[in-house]
Amino acid sequence: MAEPRAAIDVEGLTVAYHSKPVLWDVSLEIASGVLMGLVGPNGAGKSTLLKAILGLVRPLTGRVLIQGAPLQRDRQLVGYVPQRSTIDWDFPTTVLDLVLMGTYGQLGWFGRVGRKQREAAQTALERVELQDFQSRQISELSGGQQQRAFLARAFVQDAPILFLDEPFAGVDVKTERSIVRLLHEQRDAGKTVVVVQHDLNTVGEYLDQVTLINRTIVSSGSVESAFTPELIEKAYGERLV
Amino acid sequence: MQILTDLFSDYTTRTVLLGSMGIGAVSGALGCFSYLRRQSLIGDVVSHSSLLGIMVIFLVSYWLTGEGSKSLFVLIPGALASGVASLVLTRWIVDRTPVREDSGLGTMLAIFFGGGILLLRYVQRSSTVIPGRRGLKDFLFGMSASMTRDDLIMIAIIGGLSLLALLAYWRQLKVFTFDPLFSHCLGFNTRFLSLLLIVLMVNGIVVGIQCVGVILMIALLVTPAAAARQWTSSLGSMVLLSAVFGGMAGAAGSITSSLVSKLPAGPVIVLAGCVIFLFSILFAPRRGILTVKLLQLRAAEESDLDEGLAS
Repeated sequence: MAEPRAAIDVEGLTVAYHSKPVLWDVSLEIASGVLMGLVGPNGAGKSTLLKAILGLVRPLTGRVLIQGAPLQRDRQLVGYVPQRSTIDWDFPTTVLDLVLMGTYGQLGWFGRVGRKQREAAQTALERVELQDFQSRQISELSGGQQQRAFLARAFVQDAPILFLDEPFAGVDVKTERSIVRLLHEQRDAGKTVVVVQHDLNTVGEYLDQVTLINRTIVSSGSVESAFTPELIEKAYGERLV
Repeated sequence: MQILTDLFSDYTTRTVLLGSMGIGAVSGALGCFSYLRRQSLIGDVVSHSSLLGIMVIFLVSYWLTGEGSKSLFVLIPGALASGVASLVLTRWIVDRTPVREDSGLGTMLAIFFGGGILLLRYVQRSSTVIPGRRGLKDFLFGMSASMTRDDLIMIAIIGGLSLLALLAYWRQLKVFTFDPLFSHCLGFNTRFLSLLLIVLMVNGIVVGIQCVGVILMIALLVTPAAAARQWTSSLGSMVLLSAVFGGMAGAAGSITSSLVSKLPAGPVIVLAGCVIFLFSILFAPRRGILTVKLLQLRAAEESDLDEGLAS
């Protein structure tokens, strides 16, 4: 039997802005079907790594393979849930409209949003329990509801790999629990889920695997082996431990 | 009523009215994206910077033909080029030096607009009379009153092409404006979309310069969009309403200025847009300042009443 292909394979990646290295010789393999946390302090290069994996920043050296091949534009392999603070919540759009954006990639040039797309959006809204909010403006949602609306959009897009940038930032405990449950469902359905996070407290409880990062990879593997106090100290510096 | 029928039967006035409404509508529609992408300042820099391109082309046409050209067909490419050049240079500086974007933009505005003013004053004051120099300063404050049929055609071409591109890439532009990273994940070409939005903004600007001039242009780009945002809950209706508001402002300005002698159309158009904006932020349902206050008062009264009943 062949080795299962890694969902994401980063090899020797170095990225610099203004000739200052942000990521230094990063090598990382994320297997298919795991819930992986990308954990590190502010400024550790987490979002740069995310952008490099998505092909949005050009690395100085190294390469990224998604399911064994460089990421191509026409193949929608990666879904993405943005950090809530980066979104303009005053953008004129309803919850349903936001979720339907997940179908835009499959619609093609003159394709219209039809019944199939609407049904997919309805199903996703029900899964995140927002079906009663679909005609609301996104500005009228609570923080937790906003996060779930974006999750529903990612479900509609239905990519095999899902990135979430700080999904637990600024949401209440109940929402946090329901997001974790939904992410576990995704993983159990065979999807690869990568959560970018700088909060350390809930790592062990929520995630299968952890990659500690600070400019370069400090450790990567199961929570037991890669998330020990010594390694956390190494990634975060002494003050925090 | 008689006055209005007279207005519409006069060929020049009709041209000006149609032109101003078209310009207002095109700038209003395209301005929504500048508004939502928080690029108002960038729009202001582009419009000011276009003066340099206009002056350079004017002078080149003078050296080549002995008369400075004021035809939009000749000047608009120059306006486009220097507007875009100011942005490209800003990006270049921001990427390579510690200068931040707002300072970079401010510096480019100073260089391009300052250079434009310098050439303008030189042409106006030069001891050798440069044919065509009269009326050049209208590019500063607008000249809708002298609009010709050729100008209308130029506006229709640029405006029409821009709106067609907007329709063709509607969904992609919408997702890209809202959430660029996600639009990348959907497989859209974000580099192209970003470029397209800049081109559309510059188109909206060079079309509007004719009407209100480079200095006030930003108002025509942003106020209809800001007003429209107050009334709507979807991007489509926002763009449509913004076009309507822009058209209304254009009409109001050109009609007022043809009724009241010596009243310049450009500033009136801009001020009409501001009146629409003020009305919108005060009275729009759900979002208007006064509407919200009124709702709060009513809610407070009702809860007072409830408490009164309960006690």
